[in-house]
Amino acid sequence: MMRLPLFEFRAPRTLEEAARILDAERANAMPLAGGTDLLPNMKRRQQVPRMLMSLRHIEILNRVALHDSGSRLGACVTLSEIAADRRFRNGLTALAQAASLVATPQIRNMATLGGNICLDTRCNYYDQSYEWRKSINFCLKKDGTTCWVAPSSRKCVAVSSTDTGPALMALGARVRLVSRSGEREVLLSDLYNNDGIDFIKRRPDEILAEVSLDNLHGWKSTYWKLRRRGSFDFPVLSVAAAVSLSGNNTVEDARIVVGSAACRPLAAMEAAKSLLGRPLNQQAIEEAAALAARIAKPLDNTDFDMTWRKRVTAEFVTYALRELRGDDVRAERESFTRCAFE
Amino acid sequence: MPNERDPRVTRVGSLKANENDLRVIGVPRRRVDARAKVTGQTRFADDIFLPRMAFCKLLRSPHPHARIRRIDTSRAVAHPGVYLVLTGKDVPIQYGILPVSQDEQALCVDHVRHVGDPVAAVIAREELTAFEALDLIDVDYEILTTISNPEEALATSAPRIHEYGEEGNIHKLVALEFGNVEEGFAEADEIFEDTFFFQGNTHLPIEQHASVAIKDPDGKLTIWSSTQTPHYLHRALAKVLEMPAAHIRVIATPNGGGFGGKSDPFNHEIVVAKAALMLDRPVKICLTREEVFYCHRGRHPILMKFKTGVKKDGAITGMHLQTLIDGGAYGSYGVASTFYAGALQTTTYHVPRYRYQGCRTFTNKPPCGPKRGHGTPQPRFGQEVQLDKIAERLKIDPANLRLHIVESPNAVTANFFRLGTVNLSECIRRVVEVSGWKDKFRKLPEGRGVGLACSAYLTGAGLPIYWNKMPHSGVQLKFDRCGGVSIFCGATEIGQGSDDVLAGIVAQVLGIDPFDIRLFTGDTDLGPVDLGSYSSRVTLMAGNAALQAAERGKAIIAEGVAEKLEVPKERLSFADKRVFDSVAPEKGVSFEEAVCIAEARFGTIGTVGSYTPPKSPALYKGGGVGPSPTYSYSAAVVEVEVNPVTGWVTVPRIWIAHDIGCALNPTLARGQVEGSVYMGLGEALMEEQEFRRLPKKLSHALVHKFPSILEYKSPTSLDMPEVITELIEEPDPQGPFGAKEVGQGPLLPIMPAVANAVYDAVGVRIDEIPITPEKIMKALAEKKAGREPRFGPSHFPRINWPEALRVPPPWEGGDGNAVNDVPRRTRRVSKKEKVLTS
Amino acid sequence: MLPIESQKTSQIRFMLNGEETDVSFAPYKTLLEILREDLGHTGTKHGCELGECGACAVLLDGKPVLSCLVLALECGGKQVLTVEGLGEDGGLHPLQDAFADLGAAQCGYCTPAILVTAKALLDQNPHPTRDQIREAISGNLCRCTGYLQIFEAVEAAMLKIAGQKTSAT
Repeated sequence: MMRLPLFEFRAPRTLEEAARILDAERANAMPLAGGTDLLPNMKRRQQVPRMLMSLRHIEILNRVALHDSGSRLGACVTLSEIAADRRFRNGLTALAQAASLVATPQIRNMATLGGNICLDTRCNYYDQSYEWRKSINFCLKKDGTTCWVAPSSRKCVAVSSTDTGPALMALGARVRLVSRSGEREVLLSDLYNNDGIDFIKRRPDEILAEVSLDNLHGWKSTYWKLRRRGSFDFPVLSVAAAVSLSGNNTVEDARIVVGSAACRPLAAMEAAKSLLGRPLNQQAIEEAAALAARIAKPLDNTDFDMTWRKRVTAEFVTYALRELRGDDVRAERESFTRCAFE
Repeated sequence: MPNERDPRVTRVGSLKANENDLRVIGVPRRRVDARAKVTGQTRFADDIFLPRMAFCKLLRSPHPHARIRRIDTSRAVAHPGVYLVLTGKDVPIQYGILPVSQDEQALCVDHVRHVGDPVAAVIAREELTAFEALDLIDVDYEILTTISNPEEALATSAPRIHEYGEEGNIHKLVALEFGNVEEGFAEADEIFEDTFFFQGNTHLPIEQHASVAIKDPDGKLTIWSSTQTPHYLHRALAKVLEMPAAHIRVIATPNGGGFGGKSDPFNHEIVVAKAALMLDRPVKICLTREEVFYCHRGRHPILMKFKTGVKKDGAITGMHLQTLIDGGAYGSYGVASTFYAGALQTTTYHVPRYRYQGCRTFTNKPPCGPKRGHGTPQPRFGQEVQLDKIAERLKIDPANLRLHIVESPNAVTANFFRLGTVNLSECIRRVVEVSGWKDKFRKLPEGRGVGLACSAYLTGAGLPIYWNKMPHSGVQLKFDRCGGVSIFCGATEIGQGSDDVLAGIVAQVLGIDPFDIRLFTGDTDLGPVDLGSYSSRVTLMAGNAALQAAERGKAIIAEGVAEKLEVPKERLSFADKRVFDSVAPEKGVSFEEAVCIAEARFGTIGTVGSYTPPKSPALYKGGGVGPSPTYSYSAAVVEVEVNPVTGWVTVPRIWIAHDIGCALNPTLARGQVEGSVYMGLGEALMEEQEFRRLPKKLSHALVHKFPSILEYKSPTSLDMPEVITELIEEPDPQGPFGAKEVGQGPLLPIMPAVANAVYDAVGVRIDEIPITPEKIMKALAEKKAGREPRFGPSHFPRINWPEALRVPPPWEGGDGNAVNDVPRRTRRVSKKEKVLTS
Repeated sequence: MLPIESQKTSQIRFMLNGEETDVSFAPYKTLLEILREDLGHTGTKHGCELGECGACAVLLDGKPVLSCLVLALECGGKQVLTVEGLGEDGGLHPLQDAFADLGAAQCGYCTPAILVTAKALLDQNPHPTRDQIREAISGNLCRCTGYLQIFEAVEAAMLKIAGQKTSAT
C-alpha cells in the first residue's frame, strides 16, 4: 500500500488563523483542500510538506454567491457542486463543463475549485513514485538537474493540467489571495506563469480564497477536453471559448484559451481578436482555429502523440466556435467526452 | 431474479433437448460465491490480518541492467522497527515456472535485469517503516549495456542477459514445417505478404498481488497468496526453501482478477515465506500498483510477418509465419508463448501446409508471459486482418470467405492438433445475421464501418507444465449424513467462476442445490492437485474430475437406496434433493436419508474423480504446446465510427457469437464473453505496456513509461459499447455436459475486427495494435497523398533460423513425428536442459 | 528522518455504518488504512492508493469519495458507510441481491466500491437512466465484467426498490 509520509496537521476555522499559520510556516506548510492532487503527490514523495493545513473547516471558503452583478465562488466549493448546479449556464457553461469533466465522480465530490486552479503541473517523468524517479536520476522539477522531456531545456516543461483554469480564464475570472499581510485580487490569467516549476504566482504564505466573475450577461461559453477515456484522465489538450454576440450575430468580444499545451493555460489573444466585429462564419472560425493552434506547443510528456494533440487544437477551436454560434455539435462532443452534458 | 429470458444473450443449439433433466446446468443462477463477494466478505490475500504480523517491502533495482558488486544492509538493519533484512544470498536457488527456464531468483544475487528487479527485502513492524528503511540499503552496481528491444537483442551478443538460451540474447528459436510450404505457394493464385506489430499490454487486475506467510505451530509453512497456480507455487517454494513439499501448505486466496498475471511463482511469495520461517511470525506483502507492473508476465510485443497463398476462391494453399518476440528479462512462460504464437493458425481455417519460425529475445524489461489468450492474440490479429485484405482483393465477402475455408469438426490439423466440435460456421452466420452485416459492410457512410474476425482457443492445455503422467485435476467429495456435500479440489477461484463450476456439476449429478455444497478449493493441503486457473482448463478438467467423483458417489448412494426401496438402481433419479423411482416418483427418500442409508450400508462415503487429457497425436518436439481436449470458437462483428479528420474512434456496438458447447451457468458464461470483449477492446484501442529509453548519450535508463493505473488506459464504464452475445451450444463429447471454454476465446477476434472495421469506415489499414487516433490520422494523410493508406511495420529483420523440424501433415501420411529429428520416445534430455531443470 | 516508531497516535470518533466508533491510529493514515487495518473493515478494497481506480470508494456523509485520499484525521464526526453497512436487517440490500443474481460481481474486488457508489446514486436519483448509471460508476474500474451486467444489476435493484416503496405506501 502506498503510504503518506509523516506530517503535522492543522485545521484552522478561520481564514485569519489559516493565514497566521502559513505566515509562520511559509514553505514548510501546504494548504490541503480536496486532497486529490496533493495526497497522491505526497504518497509518491513528489511533495513532502512538513505540515498540512486543511482548508475544509473554514466556512467562508465553501460559499457560492451568484448574482446579476457577478459571482463569487469559495475556493473549497467542490467540483461536483459546480457541475450539478444548473445556474452555471450560458456565460458560465464552460466552468460547469470543465468541472464535470474532471477525473471521476468520486474525485469531483472531493476536489475543490481552488485545488483544481492550483493543480500541480504534470509530466510523465514527474508523476511517478520516488523509486521510479530514482531510476532516471530524477528530473528538473524535483530532485534532479535534467529535463528529460527536453534535455537541452533549462526550464521545466511540466504541463498545466487544470480543467477549470482555462475555463475560468475564458470567463475573465479573478482570484482573491489572502495572507497575513493583506489580500490582493488578480486576474487568473496573471496568476499563471509559463514555467513547469514556478507555474503559479501564489506565494507560499497566501491562500487562494475565492474566485470572482463579472456579470456575463450576453456571453456564451464552452469547454472542450481531450483525453483518452470517458473519465479518470487529465486533459492532454483543452479549449475554452467565450463570446459575446451582438443582435446580428457578430462577435462583440471573445476569449479563447488553450489548456494543457504549455506550463500554463494559454490565452489565444490573436485568435480571439481576429473574431471581433465579424460573424462566426466558416472563414472566421477557420482563421481563429489556425491562429489558436499556432500557440499550442504540446510536448512528449503526456498521453497521446504531441503532433496529434496540436492538430486537435484547431479542430477543438472549430467545434467550440461552431457550438457558440448555435450549431448542434452534441454528437462530436459526446464522441470525445463519451457522455452527454445536460 | 433469474434472467432466463435475458434479451442480451441468445442461446442457440441442441442442448435444450434434454433440458428437463437439467435443473442446475444451463440454468442462469446466482454463483455460489456471490454473497461473499457482494458483502465484501470474500477474503483476498491482503484482507488477512494476523496477530504479530510484520510487513515486507522489496528494494528494487533502479537500473535496467547491472551487476551487483556489494550490498550493505547495516543501516537498514539498525533502523527502529526493522525486524529483518534479506538479500539474494539468503534465497539463492533459481526457480521459474517452466522446467526449461529456471532463471529467476527471489532476490537477485549478482545480476539485475530490469528496473524493478528485487535485490533486498525489509521486514518491519509497520509497512511505512519497511518502506523508509529501503532507502538505507546501499547497493553498489556496475552498470551494463541496456538492451531495449528485440532488434538490439539480436545485435548485442554481449553482455548476455542470461547465460542460457540459443545464443547472445536470443532466448528461444523455433522452426517447424508441416508439409512443403513452397509447393503450397506455387499452387496459389495469389500470394499475400503482410507485416504486423502487436504492442505488449498487461493484465491489470484491480487486486495487487499479496501474500501472507506463517510458520505453523508445528514448524511447517503456510502461505496465503493471490496466485492462479497454487500447485506450481508449492513446487517452487519447496525447491527454493529446500523444504519437503509435504511441509508446505499453499492456499490460493480468491484472486481479485488474474487474467494470467498471477500464474508464475513470484519472488515476493518466496521472500515472505523465507522471512516468516526465519522470524517465526506472520509476514505480509502487498505490492504497489507500480510493482505489479514490474511483475508483469503480460502480452509479449510481437512483430509478425505472414505470407499466405490462396486460390481464387480463398482456399489457403500454404502459410508461412515469422515472429520476433520481446520476452523481457526472464523466461517465465516464454518458451511456451513462442510456440503458442505459431500454434493455433491451423485450428480455424484449413491450412494444408504451414511453416512457423519464432524467435524470443531477452530485453531489460519486466518479463512477458501469459495474458488471456497466451501468445495467440497477436498472430490471430495478423491472420484475421490479412484475411480481410485477401477477401477484398478476391472480391469475396469476408464472412463468405471464412465460411468457405472453416476447418472441419474432429479434424486433425497440419500440425497434428485434434479438434473437437467446430461450430465456427454457425458463429459466423449468427453474427452476420444479428449485426445486419449484409446491409452494413461497405455500405455505411464514410466514417462508419463494420469489421469481422474469428478465432479459436484451447479448452485447457493438453500437457502439464512439468512432465508427468498424473491427472491434471482431481476432486474429492465427502458426503455428510446431514445431506451436505463437501468438494475438495485444488482449482483456484480467480473470478471466472471456478467454484461455481464445481458446485454446479456436483449439484446437478446429485440432484441437490449448489448452495448445499461446501467448497474447499485452492488449498494444497486439503484438495487433490488441480494444475491451476490457466489455459481455460478448469471448466473442462476440474469439471470432468468433479463429474466423475459425483457419478461415483451417486452410484454408491443409488446402490444403497435401490436395496432399501427395492427398486432397480437404474430406475433411480436424483433431483430436487430427493432420490426416487423415476417410474413412480412418489416412491423415494430425501437426499439426506439417501446418504444415511448408503453410509449405514457401506460405511463413510467419500469419492474421488480425476481427469487426464487424451493423448495428442502431435509427437514432434514443440508439439506439446497447442493440443487441447477441444477448442472453442468465436466470431465477432465490430461497428466503429471514425472521425475523418482526427482519427478519433468510437465503438458503439459489438456482436459476438461463441461456440461454448454448453453454458454451465449462462449468467457467468455471458459475463466471460462480455469481459473478454471488454479486455479485447482495451487492447485494440488503448492499452500499452510502453517503455522509455532515455537518450543514450545521457543515460542508461530504460523505464516503464507509466506504471500506474491512471496512465495505463483501461476502458471505463463510459467507454464500453453495447455487446450482443450469442452462445452456440452443441455439446462437445470431451466437456462436462458438453462444455467448452469461454474465458479467453472471445477476446481474440476483437482486435482484428476493430482493425477491419476501421478500414471499412475510412479506408486505411492499421496493421498495428493498439489502433490509436494518431496512427489513423497518419494513415489518412498517406491516403490523401496517394500513397499506401496504411500504418504499420514495413520490415521484418533477418534472423538466422535453424533448420525446421519437418513434420508431414496427416494427409501426407505423417505420423506426428518430425522426419528430421529423433522420435520423442527415445529423445534424450540434452546437457543444457539438464542443468536448467536441476 | 523521523522514525515512524516515534509518532504519537491520534484518535477520532465518527459514525461507521451507523455505529458510533472510536479509533486510535497513526496520524499519517488515510480513511482506507484505518478502516482496513485499525477497524477490521476489509470490505473496502484498494488498487492503487492514488485515486486512479475507484476500488476504495466509501460514502462520506452520503457522498461517494475515495477513502485512499481522505485523511483519517479529517473524519471526526463524519458518517461513513462501507459495504459492511449496506445490508438491511441482516439481509442483503437490493443492490447486493441484484449484483449477486445478475453476474455483476466476478472476482468481486471492485464490487464493494461500486455497490456503495450505486447506492448513493439511487438515494439521490431513484430512477436513473442507463447513461446516468454509466456516468455514476465511471470512477470505478472493473477489469472482469465489461460493466454491462453491473448496469443491469443497478437497474434491477432500482425497480425492486421502487416496488418496495410503492407497496409500502
